[in-house]
Amino acid sequence: MRGLTRTVTMVAGISTVALLAAACGGGSGDKATSSSAGGKAGGAVTVRGCNPQNPLIPSNTTETCGGNVLDAITAKLVHYNPETGAPENDIADKIDTTDNQNFTVTIKKGYKFQDGTEVKAKNFVDAWNYAAYGPNAQSSGYFMEPIEGFGDMQCAGTDAEDPCKGFTPKAKTLTGLAVKDDYTFTIKTTEKVSNMPVRLGYSAFSPLPDTFFSDPKAYGEKPVGAGPYKLDSWTKNTEIKLSKFADYSGKFGGKLDAITFKIYQDADAAYTDVQANNLDVTDEVPSSAMIDDKYKTDLPDRNAQKAVGVIQTITFAPVKVDPNYADPKIRQAISMAIDRPTIIKQIFNNTRQPATGWVSPVVDGYKANACGEYCTFDAAKAKAKLDEAGGFKGGKMTIAYNADASHKAWVEATCNSIKGALGVDCVATPVVDFSTFRGNIAAGKQKGMFRTGWQMDYPSIENFLAPIFKTGASSNDGKYSNPEFDKLLTEAAASTDAAQANQKYQEAEALLANDMPAIPMWYSTATFGWSDKVTGVKITAFGTIDFSSLALK
Amino acid sequence: MYKYILRRLIQMIPVLLGATFIIFVMVYALPGDPTIGLCGERPCPAAFVAEFRDKHGLNDPFLVRYFTYMGNLLHGDLGTNFRDLAVVDELKLRYPTTAKLAGMAIVFETVIGIIAGVLAGIRKGRFIDNLVLVSTLFVISIPIFVIGVTLQYYFGLKYPIFPATVGSDVTYYKLLLPAFVLGSASIAYVARLTRTNLVENLRADYLRTATAKGLTRRRTLSVHALRNSLIPVVTFIGADFGGLLGGAIVTERIFNIQGVGGFLFTGIRNRDPVSVVGTVTVLVLVFLIANLLVDLLYGVLDPRISHD
Repeated sequence: MRGLTRTVTMVAGISTVALLAAACGGGSGDKATSSSAGGKAGGAVTVRGCNPQNPLIPSNTTETCGGNVLDAITAKLVHYNPETGAPENDIADKIDTTDNQNFTVTIKKGYKFQDGTEVKAKNFVDAWNYAAYGPNAQSSGYFMEPIEGFGDMQCAGTDAEDPCKGFTPKAKTLTGLAVKDDYTFTIKTTEKVSNMPVRLGYSAFSPLPDTFFSDPKAYGEKPVGAGPYKLDSWTKNTEIKLSKFADYSGKFGGKLDAITFKIYQDADAAYTDVQANNLDVTDEVPSSAMIDDKYKTDLPDRNAQKAVGVIQTITFAPVKVDPNYADPKIRQAISMAIDRPTIIKQIFNNTRQPATGWVSPVVDGYKANACGEYCTFDAAKAKAKLDEAGGFKGGKMTIAYNADASHKAWVEATCNSIKGALGVDCVATPVVDFSTFRGNIAAGKQKGMFRTGWQMDYPSIENFLAPIFKTGASSNDGKYSNPEFDKLLTEAAASTDAAQANQKYQEAEALLANDMPAIPMWYSTATFGWSDKVTGVKITAFGTIDFSSLALK
Repeated sequence: MYKYILRRLIQMIPVLLGATFIIFVMVYALPGDPTIGLCGERPCPAAFVAEFRDKHGLNDPFLVRYFTYMGNLLHGDLGTNFRDLAVVDELKLRYPTTAKLAGMAIVFETVIGIIAGVLAGIRKGRFIDNLVLVSTLFVISIPIFVIGVTLQYYFGLKYPIFPATVGSDVTYYKLLLPAFVLGSASIAYVARLTRTNLVENLRADYLRTATAKGLTRRRTLSVHALRNSLIPVVTFIGADFGGLLGGAIVTERIFNIQGVGGFLFTGIRNRDPVSVVGTVTVLVLVFLIANLLVDLLYGVLDPRISHD
């Protein structure tokens, strides 16, 4: 049976955290990503839920169980289009900037919180200050990092266990935020950030009503947002009931009157309930139903799969830690020696898509084939490339993985593929658990190659490049550093034209093919199943249910 | 008799103390950090981890944690778990469900098991005996999750006589199928125990005497033979009830029942001693009481066993 938490630990970044569904899904055969739209207004549906790990506070919820619920309750400045992932203004009337560093946000009048108060500029500023303030210990506080004054709000105490112990940060508010009037505020970032508006759709940027600040604990039990649905009741471990918010002012409302998240311990039970029409939508099809595409016969015309913003990679240890892999030709040879489609077919039942670059196809700015021939399996070319580099000097290659999640099979298959093509021995090396594994990487003790992954925080090409490959970036595990790459990123961030910015990012991505700091492996997909009562089931780029189109037949 | 009960009740105190201590030690000794996984798939920020550790006393040494916990326990406070939920409330919500499920499973295993055992015992070597033998062997050899998933598929999905899962609003009807699954292995054990003991007792001297003095077959069977044969069966059922309360993890997952088993499982996975110890303390208590009842039942079944 599967473990209790539905997410397999697959992502190794340390920077910002995305609200993403677990990445297991289809991807072969039919490419439906939604059922037909339409359906009647009103009615109630049940969808699969899981137990939120923390109280439901937007800036303190970083896992999917709570995040899925909060997404329906809260409204943000921007809303991600469920089809394309592109940001569209929601509460924001306009977000203006001339230099990508000073942003003026004008919000629409008349947006109401579910407690009846109006959404004003200060609700944003207060909420972001609360999230950024170190002693509040909010798990997604570091989303506010680009805003000026973030550093002064962090704890820097001497206590090794708790930096906040006996330490009061210099500032309680972000200097980069200023309320101009009830409907206008300004954001000043420390550096130029061209995709700031894209980031603002993440739930950590939700406005919070005044009542939150007097009693955050009560809010966590019964969150109040400005979104299309409001929370009616939360029976711990059993269900979370939402109903339509009558005064919802935005244009992303849903057709349904009520949505109930039924909490399941196990994806199999939820799947069975969908088959029995006891549950309307499950956002996870269990691996038992993935075998031979069984779910397609179980739920004919009632399933869909779609790529989500998750990529798996194999990263090379920094050159200082392991010089044997320093030559880009060796790295390219290894990449060419991996038969991605066969591994995906044999290990993942075709629930992944072979990666052709370092950026997920679901985001704005994605360009196919950035990796080109280096990500296409060709044993002869791979061998030739290795010979060109003078062969591998390190004896045997290693790929390390954390043994507390299901990585063994694909890592071994990858190693076998490399061994077969290059004729160099390759060993899959388990590390006892995720924290030890990450600890080794951070301490520069992990040699050879190791598995890495990335879940996007917001749908932008930048999110797949800057946090991972920029010099000194928080999740730059391979300590990759290329001044040209950094320069392109800075130029892109400064560019006020979105298309031009994306082009710069794509140029930066193209450099990765030459240096190959990490080998792209595959993109993940999400698979949904639904009952015969509902229609309009759409999977968002984050792998979540789009509640604006979901309806009863 | 009352003295005996009192003595047994007093004996429970050291057992309870010992059990909570051992469990606390074991959960404490589990490797792994409880703060991993709290923030989804990536590590939590340091300030968040520090606050969490502080709030739940994770930085305190073992003995401090244990005595703080026991001190609260004496006031009837089972503490709050890592999700900030009062364990008492969780248990109040979950124990009734689990008790219903275990109770129904016990009813199934007692009624079906004893009837099958008696039928097999009085028709020893005949077709019915062989049928019971083969079918019980069959049930014992299949893992419970196979039985669960199979029955769920046929009676919940293909021919939907029963609801496929339980979820919220637990009713006795919804629990019928899971209770049967949960009790299935025990049905087999009860049937075999009953049969063996009955066969043995049917050959006993006192039974020949009973028949010789002209009692009807029904009376010799039900009052003389069966009553004596039930002593090991009752012992088994008593022990089984405790096991069913805590060990229904698999059945609970298959049928999505929000019971004690799942709570215990989550607690262990999260390295959350407060959840685990609270749940287990109640389990130990139930187990002890069930065993006391069993011991008292001996006297009813066989007056020769006296507690005075």
